Amino acid sequence: MQPFTRIEGLVAPLDRPNVDTDAIIPKQFLKSIRRSGFGPNLFDEWRYLDVGQPDADQSARVLNPDFVLNLPRYQGASVLLCRENFGCGSSREHAPWAIADFGIRALIAPSYADIFFSNCCKNGLLPVVLPADVVDELFRAVAATPGYRLTVDLTTSEVRTPEGQVHGFNFNPALRERLLQGLDDIGATLAYAADIRAYEERRRQEAPWLFGR
Amino acid sequence: MSPRTLYDKLWDAHVVRAFADGSALIYIDRHLIHEVTSPQAFEGLRLAGRRPWRTDTIVATSDHNVPTVNRQSIEDPISRVQLETLAANCKALEITHYDLADPRQGIVHVIGPEQGLCLPGMTIVCGDSHTSTNGAFGALAFGIGTSEVEHCFATQTLVLHKARNLCVHIEGELGPGVTAKDIVLYVIGVIGTAGGTGFTIEFAGSAVRALSMEGRMTLCNMAIEAGARAGLVAVDQTTIDYLRGRPHAPQGTLWQAAETAWRDLRSDAGAVFDREVCIAAGDIPPQVTWGTSPEMVVPIDGCVPDPADEADPVRRQGMQRALEYMGLAAGTPMRAVNIDKVFIGSCTNSRIEDLRAAARVLDGRRVASSVRLALVVPGSGLVKQQAEAEGLHEIFIAAGFEWREPGCSMCLGMNPDQLAPGERCASTSNRNFEGRQGPRGRTHLLSPAMAAAAAVAGHFVDLRELA
Ligand code: SF4
Repeated sequence: MQPFTRIEGLVAPLDRPNVDTDAIIPKQFLKSIRRSGFGPNLFDEWRYLDVGQPDADQSARVLNPDFVLNLPRYQGASVLLCRENFGCGSSREHAPWAIADFGIRALIAPSYADIFFSNCCKNGLLPVVLPADVVDELFRAVAATPGYRLTVDLTTSEVRTPEGQVHGFNFNPALRERLLQGLDDIGATLAYAADIRAYEERRRQEAPWLFGR
Repeated sequence: MSPRTLYDKLWDAHVVRAFADGSALIYIDRHLIHEVTSPQAFEGLRLAGRRPWRTDTIVATSDHNVPTVNRQSIEDPISRVQLETLAANCKALEITHYDLADPRQGIVHVIGPEQGLCLPGMTIVCGDSHTSTNGAFGALAFGIGTSEVEHCFATQTLVLHKARNLCVHIEGELGPGVTAKDIVLYVIGVIGTAGGTGFTIEFAGSAVRALSMEGRMTLCNMAIEAGARAGLVAVDQTTIDYLRGRPHAPQGTLWQAAETAWRDLRSDAGAVFDREVCIAAGDIPPQVTWGTSPEMVVPIDGCVPDPADEADPVRRQGMQRALEYMGLAAGTPMRAVNIDKVFIGSCTNSRIEDLRAAARVLDGRRVASSVRLALVVPGSGLVKQQAEAEGLHEIFIAAGFEWREPGCSMCLGMNPDQLAPGERCASTSNRNFEGRQGPRGRTHLLSPAMAAAAAVAGHFVDLRELA
């Protein structure tokens, strides 16, 4: 996994609550058996005026000039500012894959759906939670300031604004460590293989019907 | 030991190792997989040179991406590759796979319970958020992402943070025409789509105990639509009766031991929940959604709400967007809204009881001529067989419905079953998000009986007025 330490980047605002994973990456792109290449279809139904197909020529697509990520001022954004309950809906990890593939490294929102949050953390995409009033303030600042950039720093668990304001955020320490180092979760768990075997032995006695088909 | 909730008990029984930060390594008893969220996990495993920890816990089926007609040859080459990839992966690792030729094939959340693969007291995962369905059996069941699928393959565990306990009590008797689907839509309307975020929801109360297993599965299925990763219902006689004799349920003396253990799978008297919500069953009218989030729901005799009445600016804007997307005007009575298509199916409402409820309404009636397509898609090959044995398919076909092969179908429209842009659908599925059933399609969620009634009328109708 790509580690996340600190980024300083252009902020794009997505001013809608309850953005669901169907909107983040529509179902027709889930037919792919790969992990990459979803970026061009991030927010496909909002970003384009025509209907996207997985095997279609992307260069022939008709962009929706009104969609926020298509506005010239937000090109190259690496921080996405969002509203509450971002990433609700399906468990598809294609959603964080698409966001990361598009070039976004950090999200800022008042809240996320649980599965989406954990999927982000497994892909080096940092979901920062800030209080709703702070997020509101950031939405206003982004709208008022072309080229508005933020520093998202996981080493200090802070978001820093160009005006020098510092917004601390909470992040689970173990998760933070894994993101900072880009650790392989499976390798870390397999270090406890003996514990898993011991559990299985005990459990086999208690609930034998769970073992064997 | 102090009194524990059902969720506490399930959690405690599966802790392999607790970590200092409050997370824990949790053992997984059942791992269901399907074609869409597994290929990258198999590939990851292969690239790392790892083997699955326990293949006997894994069962695969194909559901999301399968055609519901002409299944011999799959036209879409990308879909075909995805289905073939699952088959090849299962074959290589000797994983049980119910493929399209197998009568046990169907929607993953329907076949698990049907086969007795999902039992009380288990931890059950699948790379699909509606895995919560299985919580109806007093099992801890939740959806996971593809990285977690791979983690579970390789280690038989997941690293999890314990959720908080939320209890939704539904007490009393349901009114006529009110089903589990109406209960859960009503609950989501009350607590919101993020109301259960960070919680495991236990559904309790006399109205829940009175539900069949099918109804309880409908409730837990949509726990995720309330933001909760898992839903739960305590084990009782209904649970035990459903499971007895299922192909993968324990038998003989093992069954006796299992049954004794399962009967303890309920919250202790005096167990403390972090949050409790009480709902009177008699207050719940039949429900229908009007917007693009399951919380945008009203009683069938209600009207499309007016964003002007909403104080919160972010929510007001969301409502306005939804009205625009849905092509509805504030104040329109729901019963005046015409529909183009009807979909009866999905892991929420495609079990035998759902089909019976819809067929009861359709018996001797015809789908309105203004309805372009009415589909029934049974949840599994076995549900289909059962329905045919009862003659339900004849009722559906005589009424003008199409009778299809099992799969997710128009719930998400990954296969050719889709809404065209602008089309409006009465759907028994669980998500009314923008584009869910097809790009720019418009989805209204409701119960199977209400969907059948809407098919006949060509618009939404109050089931209670249907003599
Ligand atoms: S029926 Fe719909 S909600 Fe259920 S698993 Fe299939 S796509 Fe998901």
